[in-house]
Amino acid sequence: MSAEGVDLKKRRTLTLATSAVGAVGAGYVIYPFLAAWAPSEKAKAAGAPVEADISKLEPGQLMSVKWRGKPVWIVCRTEQNLKDLPTLDDRLLDPDSNDTGQQPSYCKNPTRSIKEKYLVAVGICTHLGCSPTYRPEVAPTDFDANWKGGFYCPCHGSRFDLAARVFSGVPAPKNLEIPPYQYLSDTTILIGADGGAA
Amino acid sequence: MNMMKNFVGWIDDRFPLTKVWNEHLAQYYAPKNFNFWYFFGSLALLVLVNQILTGVWLAMSYKPDAELAFGSVEYIMRDVDWGWLIRYMHSTGASAFFIVIYLHMFRGLMYGSYRKPRELLWIIGVIIYLAMMATAFFGYLLPWGQMSYWGAQVIVNLFSAVPVIGPDLGVWVRGDYVISDVTLNRFYALHFLLPFILAALVFVHIVALHKVGSNNPDGIEIKKNKDANGIPKDGIPFHPYYTVHDTLAVAGFLFLFAAAIFYAPEMGGYFLEHPNFEPANPLKTPLHIAPVWYFTPFYAILRAVPSMMGSAFPGVVAMFASILIMFFLPWLDRSPVKSIRYKGMLFKVMLFLFAFDFILLGFLGTQPTTDLYKLMAQIGTFYYFAFFLLMPIYTKLDKTKPVPERVTK
Repeated sequence: MSAEGVDLKKRRTLTLATSAVGAVGAGYVIYPFLAAWAPSEKAKAAGAPVEADISKLEPGQLMSVKWRGKPVWIVCRTEQNLKDLPTLDDRLLDPDSNDTGQQPSYCKNPTRSIKEKYLVAVGICTHLGCSPTYRPEVAPTDFDANWKGGFYCPCHGSRFDLAARVFSGVPAPKNLEIPPYQYLSDTTILIGADGGAA
Repeated sequence: MNMMKNFVGWIDDRFPLTKVWNEHLAQYYAPKNFNFWYFFGSLALLVLVNQILTGVWLAMSYKPDAELAFGSVEYIMRDVDWGWLIRYMHSTGASAFFIVIYLHMFRGLMYGSYRKPRELLWIIGVIIYLAMMATAFFGYLLPWGQMSYWGAQVIVNLFSAVPVIGPDLGVWVRGDYVISDVTLNRFYALHFLLPFILAALVFVHIVALHKVGSNNPDGIEIKKNKDANGIPKDGIPFHPYYTVHDTLAVAGFLFLFAAAIFYAPEMGGYFLEHPNFEPANPLKTPLHIAPVWYFTPFYAILRAVPSMMGSAFPGVVAMFASILIMFFLPWLDRSPVKSIRYKGMLFKVMLFLFAFDFILLGFLGTQPTTDLYKLMAQIGTFYYFAFFLLMPIYTKLDKTKPVPERVTK
């Protein structure tokens, strides 16, 4: 075969154009493969709100309900707990809940709740997603000599108070998340929906 | 005999069988002074074969379903004939793989096997190590025990700590808002896929090795001294010399491997962690969670770095950096000699401390955090990076010894 009469410039242009179109096509083909990893419709539908009956929750007790596959805690705080909360402010990272992403606006208050008595919080540590342990005792513990009750994450030692506020100097960077919720009655809480109150 | 020759000839005309055999075995000249530390390359290959073989067999009885996974592992252990053996070969094999690879990497550090012209060989090796870690991580979720679940939760959340795109990235990796059936199913698929990619990478690693030739405990290039036939004077054919030599290592290794499988498959909670005998419970984190031992040095580094500016990202960066820094090793060492035999006291001390530091971090990663342990992990992390980042300085200051022309005993 002879290269005579071959327009090399034209050939190069055509090769380039073909490769470019091919690359765009490959890009389109990759998309479904990446998109297939996103949560399916079924996984998304599992995020429906759940109801919790708190009529049997005694002061000092904690109950867990499952919402979107995560534990949501409801804690009935004692009078003493509520008195202790403000005394901890100096030792906390964000005592006034200034990080607006961590709670609905109606829970940006000293107790981070709708009703002072009940704490509702997502029980997933904001560090790396472990579920902290409920340590309600108001007594010195092996990790804190001035413990006033709260949550201790066994994975990396993060600590939170009974308003789910994070202590300073621990790995967790943020307060625990307060989910959207509302009271359907005095003893029933709907977690995951707040009727647009936020 | 003639028929055999004809048959091989027939193949050779269609596939370079004899050529490949000679190039990579019968006429591949390896330095004659290999020592104990040179066993671990071929042992790693043996363990990889063990993992693939036992893994495929386990896959025949395992069910990648959040409802069934835990039960199917127990079914393998109790009801499948010899299932317990195949599973223990696989779970012990995972730990054995990392033991062998860590020794293989330490050999490289001692004898400068990452130095020119073996930079790419080392880099391919680090990629293999990353692929191994990914494979092990995906595999660890499959038994669907408490530690499987919460370990995966922590590691996937590392991606969520990336600023801006993090939370979406975490959801994308899991395919759900938490670790769920979807995650288990896809990790199973990836755990099955990755070993074959690993095998391909090992092939590339060996091709690169045979291009540049093996290093040796003296760090001398045997190709510089060739006889009249162009054969390195200090080289011996890999087959039969090293194939037989390595068979001895295999025998020794299998003694220890079998002892672990039969007498200590859980290895006191290090090979199979105790909380993993409890099915995964998304509502309850075990009181103390730690990754399997081979990840704990990096886990200790992760925990040593505190959160900054409302983000856990710095710890994640430190952890990944501690692995990725290995890629730069070939250019960090500025010593005029390769092998520790001719390096000075400074390098020897730094390397010894590094090995000690790695083991210390590994221990700290298995323990709950206390103030003392946290401080120790921070010092350990500091030294880990200092070993690499100060290497251009201390390898230059170091007093080296003259390197002989030919390999020694």
